[in-house]
Amino acid sequence: MIDSLFNLLPDLNKAFYETIYMVLISLAIAIIVGLPLGVLLFVTDKDLFLENRPLKSILGFTVNMIRSIPFIILLVALLPLTNLITGSTIGPTAASVSLSVAAIPFFSRIVETSLREINKGIIEAAVAVGATPWMIIKDILIPEARPGIIQGLTLTTISLVGYSAMAGIIGGGGIGDLAIRFGYYRYDNTVMVTTVVILICLVQLIQFAGDKIARITDKR
Amino acid sequence: MIRVEHLKKEYTTKKGTVIGVNDVSLTIERGEIFGIVGYSGAGKSSLLRCLNLLEKPTSGNVQVDGTNLGNLKEKELREARQKIGMIFQHFYLVSSKTVFDNIAFALKAAGKTKKEMESKVTELLELVGLSDKRDVFPSQLSGGQKQRVGIARALANDPKVLLCDEATSALDPSTTKSILSLLKKINLDLGLTIVLITHEMEVVKDICDRIAVMENGRIVEIGRVYDVFSKPTQELTRSFINSVLDFDLPEHILKKSTGTIVKITFQGSVAEESVVSDMIQKFKVKGNILHGKIEYIQGTPLGIFVMELKGESTEIAMAAEYLRNRTQNLEVIQND
Repeated sequence: MIDSLFNLLPDLNKAFYETIYMVLISLAIAIIVGLPLGVLLFVTDKDLFLENRPLKSILGFTVNMIRSIPFIILLVALLPLTNLITGSTIGPTAASVSLSVAAIPFFSRIVETSLREINKGIIEAAVAVGATPWMIIKDILIPEARPGIIQGLTLTTISLVGYSAMAGIIGGGGIGDLAIRFGYYRYDNTVMVTTVVILICLVQLIQFAGDKIARITDKR
Repeated sequence: MIRVEHLKKEYTTKKGTVIGVNDVSLTIERGEIFGIVGYSGAGKSSLLRCLNLLEKPTSGNVQVDGTNLGNLKEKELREARQKIGMIFQHFYLVSSKTVFDNIAFALKAAGKTKKEMESKVTELLELVGLSDKRDVFPSQLSGGQKQRVGIARALANDPKVLLCDEATSALDPSTTKSILSLLKKINLDLGLTIVLITHEMEVVKDICDRIAVMENGRIVEIGRVYDVFSKPTQELTRSFINSVLDFDLPEHILKKSTGTIVKITFQGSVAEESVVSDMIQKFKVKGNILHGKIEYIQGTPLGIFVMELKGESTEIAMAAEYLRNRTQNLEVIQND
């Protein structure tokens, strides 16, 4: 068993980096696109300082639509887009496109929910001192929702680790893919158990770090 | 300073239109402390929030310091709001920011530099007596301290008007007193016009110059606090005043009494005269005080006494007439 583990090591090593690579890229894009999207979903809502019903409806509908598509279908359906962006339809970089597309609406809804937790009065007090919408977003909304947003990032990261297992369909690689190919298809329990253990540790670590950071930033 | 003309605010809900403010016209003078009282739902909060356009009036005008707020563009309105401070019942401080940053935010909104912020915030903290709490987060402050931060934030851009939305309703009585005296001090030192809404008559009695009583979106009574307290014309006003000056006699006292019961209100200098003893010497009646209190409303005494007068009915009638002439304010509660 030790032998087979040892033989597995190079594969495992590569798969680990692929997972981290895919998760980090899509996480970064989820933050870059999803955070503003989540803020927009919130501030265009009724009775808020940038109320805009049509925009809110369009954004809300789009987000729901993407979220309702099963990831495995999204992965395949987005192949033309993936080709356009990365110039390829296989490999971890290609898989990151679909992962990002799935992560953006997921994260943006979490951001929206965290913002909704903020007492409306605090926002109103900021309006009353004559702050601009941008100042309110930057100096009030984001800092006040920070603990919730960080927990949302933890949640998104863990979901991405899970989704990345499916990236194997388009040759994305990663630990999950390794578990399916070696462990499941070839009935290799050693590989199966090892990869699952690694995934468990990874998820626990992400959760632990996320909770810790959220707690530090929480001043309530 | 503030001029409200035919202000109307309606809310559209699922069940139809609800009227918040119904055709209110009002002028608030520079440097006065103006109180608006009413039960919840009377529209006082809506009215106050229309004064800095946190709520857009359905119709009517709001003028603050000569500017019609309704005509302003977004940017101009933001600048106008910097000159209208506001404090809230639940303080609404930003929990992720220190006391310093909470106050500095208002200055940042006005485009002040770091250096200006530093000196202004230090000055404001001194004014509200929180210099030692500069780098503390709001969660570590007491209610009274939070409201002081709220006041400092509201005063950051040297406003001309301060709106207080039930600012003391979440505080205990002694903290309320200290916040009120701070407001009074600001009013005197900075010449700030203060508009406050409250359901606590105690607050009005302590610091307001004038008062408006609201019901169903309308102002039903308005006047100088002393006048309204001594001669309320509306039943609603009376019930509010009763919360501070309660003169209801217990049922069994009323039943037991055999004479005529009168309620005498002494206003101003009359309260310092010996009206009652003069009356007793002049007429053949016996006076028995059942209830009484002298309140000082901003230094002017307001005395209210409930007396039972005993004796011959003609004498009593003459005595009552005498009291009425001397005090201008006599109410016969029960005849024998």
